[in-house]
Amino acid sequence: MNRIAYRFMLAGAVTAGAAAPAAAGTVEMTVNIPQLRVAEYHRPYVAIWIEEAGKPEIRTLAVWYDYDNRENGGTKWLRDLRSWWRKGGRTAAKPADAVTGATRAPGPQRVKLNTPALKPGNYALVVEASREEGGRELVSMPFTWNGRSATASGTGRTELGAISATIKP
Amino acid sequence: MKRMFLLAATALISSSPLYAHNAWIKPSATTVSGEDGWVTFDAAASTDVYNADHAPMALEQIKAYAPDGTETPIENGMRGRFRSTFDVHLTKPGTWRVGIQNLSVTGSYKLDGQEYRVGGRRGPPPSAGGPGGAPGGNPPAGGPGGPGAPQRSGNAPNFVASSADFSPPAGATDVKLSLSGMRNEVFVTLGNPSEVRLTGQGLEMQPISHPADLVADEPGRFRFLVDGKPAAGLEVEAVPDGRRFRDEQGTIAATTDANGEVTINWTGPGLYWLHTDYRDESSPRPGITGRRFQYTANLEVMAP
Repeated sequence: MNRIAYRFMLAGAVTAGAAAPAAAGTVEMTVNIPQLRVAEYHRPYVAIWIEEAGKPEIRTLAVWYDYDNRENGGTKWLRDLRSWWRKGGRTAAKPADAVTGATRAPGPQRVKLNTPALKPGNYALVVEASREEGGRELVSMPFTWNGRSATASGTGRTELGAISATIKP
Repeated sequence: MKRMFLLAATALISSSPLYAHNAWIKPSATTVSGEDGWVTFDAAASTDVYNADHAPMALEQIKAYAPDGTETPIENGMRGRFRSTFDVHLTKPGTWRVGIQNLSVTGSYKLDGQEYRVGGRRGPPPSAGGPGGAPGGNPPAGGPGGPGAPQRSGNAPNFVASSADFSPPAGATDVKLSLSGMRNEVFVTLGNPSEVRLTGQGLEMQPISHPADLVADEPGRFRFLVDGKPAAGLEVEAVPDGRRFRDEQGTIAATTDANGEVTINWTGPGLYWLHTDYRDESSPRPGITGRRFQYTANLEVMAP
């Protein structure tokens, strides 16, 4: 595991310990970032979150951005993840350490993310990608949570490829 | 058309060529992330909004207010031929208000048979053959000027400086004085939005849909208030940017309900010029016989 994955696990453990007594869940997912033949390629900023049907609040699982950029810590362009930013990203000046990661290279990115405990109900797992000198795309994958397990999948057309996820308690 | 007529009427009592056209302030962004941020603005008046081809907005009138209401200087101001530009450094999270808000008494009265005009002009109209008005300025209020125009006789009006708290002197007759106000603003949000503060004076817009939350596929809702009270029956219009690249005006029209509220169904993402005006013959205080207010918000509507 690389440095970033470790950062996830460490921070996630701390968060889970401090949060509600209900056990947190995990989302194991594969996010395909397409290989693009362009003259100037920058890895996309990506936000991953869960939203509950009919509720405005979101639960951010991951934000991959240029967090060690010297200019403003890379936060200047977080607003370009415009759906995530409007729905909840903007509530903090920068994403919590628990969800922060570096941008990722093209190819299948396999990650295991921590989620807060979910009550049974209808949700969507959402992935949004925005690329400098490129486009922006959002893939929303509905799932029903029964307390045991759920799967969600979807495919982007431009900035994201196939996405699949398994949600467990 | 109605708007143009009203603006033309206002221009007669105004010192600024701005009022004869549609004044606008165009932001480089209204949603900003990071610990601080900069936004740059163009400000001008023109027939087609956001198309700088007529007159710059006076920088002296433009102010920026931080989310806590403190005034912050605008920076790097430059007055061009067709538009002014300036920057605002956002140093505190929340919703900033950038733009013009002014309030003054304008009109006329008579005293001892002499006519007095309040506001609108700093001095008498230029005499025949003298230097003309500034480029883009209004013609003298007295009628046709220029060489050969007939000189006005000895009963030419006197001009009185205006202010927001002006009252006519004792013994004044034929009093026609309005409290006139203009607001033209942009809301810029660094990080998490904050509540938009109202002053309770003049014509104001209270966002029901926060300016940082506007999305093309959700209607925008706004409440209009005159001196702090809901203004029913106001004709509100939203004009999208980019008039040069389409045939039709594309204006979205709506009327405020009993609560002063209006719903705008956006026709797509982009910058919108949200405008309304208000006039009545009420007396907000002794000696004042009417109110004339204009309001403009420059709003960014995001793609969903």
